[in-house]
Amino acid sequence: MSKSSSKRASAAQDRLELIQSRVIVERDSVSSISSSDFPFHTSNRYSHIDFLEKIRKKLRVSIEKKSQYDMEFDLIGVDASIANALRRIMIAEVPTLAIEKVFVYDNTSIVQDEVLAHRLGLIPIKANPDEFDFKLSTEHPTDQNTIVFKLKQECKRNPKAAANETDPTKLYLNHNALIWEPKGDQADRFKDSQIRPVHQDILVAQMRPGQKIELEAHCEKGCGKEHAKWSPVATASYRLMPEIILKEEITGDLAIKFASCFTPGVVEVKDENVDGKTIEVAKVVNPRIDMVSREVLRHKEFEDKVQLTRIRDHFIFRVESTGILDSEKIVFDSLQILSSKCTMLLKALEVKLKEKKKEADENLKNENLMDIDI
Amino acid sequence: MNKETYQGPQGGPPPPPGPVNQATPRGSDNAAKMLYNCADCGAENEIRPKEPLRCKECGHRIMYKQRTKKMVQFEAR
Repeated sequence: MSKSSSKRASAAQDRLELIQSRVIVERDSVSSISSSDFPFHTSNRYSHIDFLEKIRKKLRVSIEKKSQYDMEFDLIGVDASIANALRRIMIAEVPTLAIEKVFVYDNTSIVQDEVLAHRLGLIPIKANPDEFDFKLSTEHPTDQNTIVFKLKQECKRNPKAAANETDPTKLYLNHNALIWEPKGDQADRFKDSQIRPVHQDILVAQMRPGQKIELEAHCEKGCGKEHAKWSPVATASYRLMPEIILKEEITGDLAIKFASCFTPGVVEVKDENVDGKTIEVAKVVNPRIDMVSREVLRHKEFEDKVQLTRIRDHFIFRVESTGILDSEKIVFDSLQILSSKCTMLLKALEVKLKEKKKEADENLKNENLMDIDI
Repeated sequence: MNKETYQGPQGGPPPPPGPVNQATPRGSDNAAKMLYNCADCGAENEIRPKEPLRCKECGHRIMYKQRTKKMVQFEAR
């Protein structure tokens, strides 16, 4: 094999590897979007390899940022279908508790009953959903499936307020309105973790002196797929890890211009000693925070020096809790739900397969046919 | 008005005109209290039958009926 043809072959190999593992960000388009990394795909030359084993080797999870209600973690080495399933489960299938029924006894505020009920439903309620059962529509409320809140408020002027007071919190007396009313053994069960709205200062309705609201609200357990008020996350999203490939070194004034094309902190200009002279060289330091604005691709001078891609199996997840559940609990719960769904599907398939086999066996007996392979 | 003088609507002469006997229960004092809100100042007013329709705070003559205390159920959606 001649030198040039082997060079061409290795370039083709590089290109193949690039489009297999990267999403390519071009000046006016994004290409190589879909993955080919699954059994029996035509570009897959290694179809004999055990894919499960491959995934096991590649799979990696690392937590990048973590606070009680906020979390950023990387999920590396899985297909987009799995990452997306995880995201959707976090949004729509991790259960929480939210106000579902509102019994209005009196409401003379300008907020209509329906609107008031809807607003109450959206308030996140700090209660551990594991401690409660789903309430079926045929069931009656019990202390196992319902939390009761009472709201009884009449707007009154604060007699101690200054004459020229304009701040409504000082002018009127009506705050901390939603009061939990323990039923059955709830007072005992939750004596360490009082059930309350996550935030005490959520505005429900504005009232004028003399207006009254009196109501009872029942919380039930539910999932985000039924109504968004049960979603435990404010956002659960992912993006692909950006990658900036420098094909050749960018130095001098060009390096400074290059760095300014990216989100601050992505590219740094560093002084380097080459042959006794110090020159400025652009270095990609933190591609993770890049917003992939593609500004760099607008400039002719960088045309052949840089390529922007995203790593197709590197998902940067961001989970932001509403404050009901800790952020890591949302992730664990969603993984558990995903795995239980898979188990269920597997069982269903097994049952169906058995049925099919039985059917085929009977057919075989009846018609006395030769071997049929199923 | 007493029993002897009162004749039903079936017939007989109409009752003689004159001052209404104050002892006769009219409307009744022990009927359910009716509260109204003044349309002008918003003050609560208790109004009994045959009483003049006037706000005791500001003298306004328009009143609003209060909202019923009946419970209404809503779905928080």
